[in-house]
Amino acid sequence: MMKNRKPAAVLLALSVLLSWNLSAEGQYEKEASHIKLATTTSTENSGLLAELLPVYQEDSGIIVDVIAVGTGKAIALGENGDVDVILVHARSREDAFVEGGYGVNRRDVMHNDFVLLGPSSDPAGIKGMNTAADALAAVAASESDFMSRGDDSGTHTKEKSLWKAAGLSPSGEWYKETGQGMGAVLTMTNEVQGYTMTDRGTWLAMKDKLDLEVLVEGDPILFNPYGVIAVNPELHSHTDYEGAMSFITFLTGPKGQAIIRDFKKNGEPLFYPDAMK
Amino acid sequence: MTVLGEAVRLILSGDSELYAICLTSLKFSGTSILLASLAGIPLGFLLKLKDFPGRRFILVAVNSLMALPTVVVGLLVYSLLTRSGPLGSLGLLFTPAAVIIGQVVLVLPIVTSMVYGAVSDMDPRLPETLTTLGARKQHYYLMLIKEMKGPVLAAVLAGFGRVIGEVGVSMMLGGNIRWYTRTITTTISLQTSKGEFELGLALGIILMLIAFSLNFLIHMAARNE
Repeated sequence: MMKNRKPAAVLLALSVLLSWNLSAEGQYEKEASHIKLATTTSTENSGLLAELLPVYQEDSGIIVDVIAVGTGKAIALGENGDVDVILVHARSREDAFVEGGYGVNRRDVMHNDFVLLGPSSDPAGIKGMNTAADALAAVAASESDFMSRGDDSGTHTKEKSLWKAAGLSPSGEWYKETGQGMGAVLTMTNEVQGYTMTDRGTWLAMKDKLDLEVLVEGDPILFNPYGVIAVNPELHSHTDYEGAMSFITFLTGPKGQAIIRDFKKNGEPLFYPDAMK
Repeated sequence: MTVLGEAVRLILSGDSELYAICLTSLKFSGTSILLASLAGIPLGFLLKLKDFPGRRFILVAVNSLMALPTVVVGLLVYSLLTRSGPLGSLGLLFTPAAVIIGQVVLVLPIVTSMVYGAVSDMDPRLPETLTTLGARKQHYYLMLIKEMKGPVLAAVLAGFGRVIGEVGVSMMLGGNIRWYTRTITTTISLQTSKGEFELGLALGIILMLIAFSLNFLIHMAARNE
């Protein structure tokens, strides 16, 4: 009655082991060399990396393993030496990262800008304001729902600096710290028909799905530059410094910059290349 | 309905990335549950049938660890595997091995505890009967496991359900790297964050289909024996 039991278990074990040799087209190539890139959800969610990385892989033979997290966590991964290179957007923290000896060879890559989004009904009446800080003050005064990333990301860092510029420290039931990525926050903002601040790239990539509109843009304070930094090989000797530098060279070189320039959603550019000015 | 249609379309389209994602999930979960079972099943039996120093402590620990949230397991293993952690020199973070380590830690207490529970519910005369029937020492535990195969299988399946459905460990230790450590659940998480609910839901349906087929197959196999 139970004669088949043992072979069945062995078979199950074997099939698990064998499954490791199965491969699907395009699967992870163990023989190829890999570098690890910690980057922000905005570069990943907008689809830019999906354009850049295949070209880089074709050119260099190096596969980039992307770990998409908030800028805060990306920097922490770099500090711990868990990745080879980071691509982030929070200038003050990037400088601190380099000054702390964690990273070397920071380069400007590209920029876009942040915009303030809200419902078309615009209960706080911020539409067309020229100063982001004034707009936030109006949102706070009307106690309209404001969705904050609340996750220590580059966008969150920028948002906090805007509140500071407005001379406010937001609190109350209307101010919601979500602790989620940009895409998730846009979806939530859409559901509650509240206000939020986003990078333009993610907004353009997702606007078809959202019943929100850009209410404030163009304030110089909303500038959003992205930098790429190699993790310091003297601090973390195991990191692939040459791989990281080859990726930085590609990203800031003519090919990478052209891909960034030509990356568009519905005819609108999402990022503007900065490296070759 | 459109979501269901999208799921069916995706499954039928034979999309190689979808296939790779499902395969990765099955590899990770299959390996984790295999390792956890190899350790957890004997441990569950030992805890009931043998008295040894530290037994009670292990029991309490195992039962408490069942409640451990996946992100905490992820965080604990992360702090061990990070380059600045004690096992950092192994370079395991953001590799399949890291995910499997985390999943084994996650599920070992569940398998152990459920096996222990099953053995506790066992007819107390069974071990005696086996001894009387002349079961030799080395065959004794094997016979016991055979007698207990129903509940043991249930423990393994419960464990498998836990690992294939978890996202915290896979996300934190695997890093959701495309073609490498991206599993069904981390893909769902990524798609949801991008506002692509259809694809996320479609993958959720696929996950349920995998769980259903597996349970069905094992149920049929158990009945046939």
